[in-house]
Amino acid sequence: MIGAIVEAIRLAVTRIPDDVVSALRKAYEREENGVARFNLENILKAIEIGKAEAIPVCQDTGTLTFFVKAGMDSPFLGEIEGAIVEATRLATKEVPLRPNAVDVLTGKNSGDNTGRGVPVIHWELVEGDEIEMAVLPKGGGSENCSALAMLTPGEGWEGVKRFVVERVKACGGKPCPPVILAIGVGGGADYSLLLAKKALLRRVGERNPDERIAEIEGELLEEINALGIGPMGMGGRTTALDVKIEVAHRHPASFPVGLVVQCWANRRAFLRIKPDGRVEVWQ
Amino acid sequence: MAVKLRTPLSIEDVLRLKAGDVVYLSGEIVTARDSAHRRILSLPKEELPFNPEGAVIYHCGPVVRKTGESYEVVSAGPTTSARMNRYLDGVLGLGVRGIIGKGGMKAEPFRGRAVYFAFTGGAGSLAAKSVKRVKAVHWLDLGIPEALWVLKVEDFPLIVAIDAHGSSLYR
Repeated sequence: MIGAIVEAIRLAVTRIPDDVVSALRKAYEREENGVARFNLENILKAIEIGKAEAIPVCQDTGTLTFFVKAGMDSPFLGEIEGAIVEATRLATKEVPLRPNAVDVLTGKNSGDNTGRGVPVIHWELVEGDEIEMAVLPKGGGSENCSALAMLTPGEGWEGVKRFVVERVKACGGKPCPPVILAIGVGGGADYSLLLAKKALLRRVGERNPDERIAEIEGELLEEINALGIGPMGMGGRTTALDVKIEVAHRHPASFPVGLVVQCWANRRAFLRIKPDGRVEVWQ
Repeated sequence: MAVKLRTPLSIEDVLRLKAGDVVYLSGEIVTARDSAHRRILSLPKEELPFNPEGAVIYHCGPVVRKTGESYEVVSAGPTTSARMNRYLDGVLGLGVRGIIGKGGMKAEPFRGRAVYFAFTGGAGSLAAKSVKRVKAVHWLDLGIPEALWVLKVEDFPLIVAIDAHGSSLYR
């Protein structure tokens, strides 16, 4: 199991998912500005090199974040957490990853991407005997642009759009655009951000199945790409590859909006552990 | 305009460049992020492990592989430069003539003395192709991403994003 998790981590950091690559290719074809084309061409080349040589496409291999859907009848429930931590240690050496876990008080780097609270593991207990897991390596430059807005119900969805657009403008080239914007609305401060982060596991180019939400996703994407920030903030037609919105019911007095900003390298991999120990890894 | 330049950079090299130019940079560059900048500015100039006169600082924390006692750079794209805005005036005051990063910086401190080169954020596997070898590493106590890596680069393709005349490509 540990070996399979290492492979999922390797896959996530060395291979950019096909849906992301195809969105980047389309963005490249749309650009006329020379600097925007330089940046997108470099991105496409880096993706090819990562795949061909099995090396991390981006040197920021992120904070490893795991979303685990644990079937309550799986015989492996008790081993998962330890296996994730051990796989993180091994992957740091073998892939290799950049050690990105720093003690907040002393500033000391643990050297193996593990430490207090990291890798981050989000648990969900579900029916069944399989364990499904997603690994999301989250880079720091884009995460630094993530934000929370506790809007009033009166501000509503217009307020959501204004908050997201203002934040994207303020961040400019910092989060490595073209970005993917993941937005969680409702649920409370913590839950809105969690919904947003999880939304990064959705495929780029796929709209929310709820048509009303899908429409807002489309409108926001258009509005953001009209800003002209462009690849790496140096101008161009594509500032965002996609916008993902997820919702939960809200408190009558609150309108929480969690925004998670993701760089163009929207890395992910999935893994399923069957009750007989067989493992599948995919992207 | 596309030009080939070699480090250390002279003031003439720097003043000739205009925002939008492409530069193929060769020679030695030195990586530094937040902690390394704080250390650089806390030490007397003569105690620095590199000569800052004409130097080019790369905002980068690489992925490295250690074989025996030597290191190889595996992936080495730029980090967000804006975090280093607070140290910019300090390092340019030491004679540093170029900064490589992503996302841009305050333009004013570059005026008349230095340029900001952009490389594509996230394209670490491509940037590593321009790194021919690790010449030295200092301050490993800061951790691998924050250490000061002295890298030998060849024809590193960069865009002049902020020039020494007040022009910037950033929106």
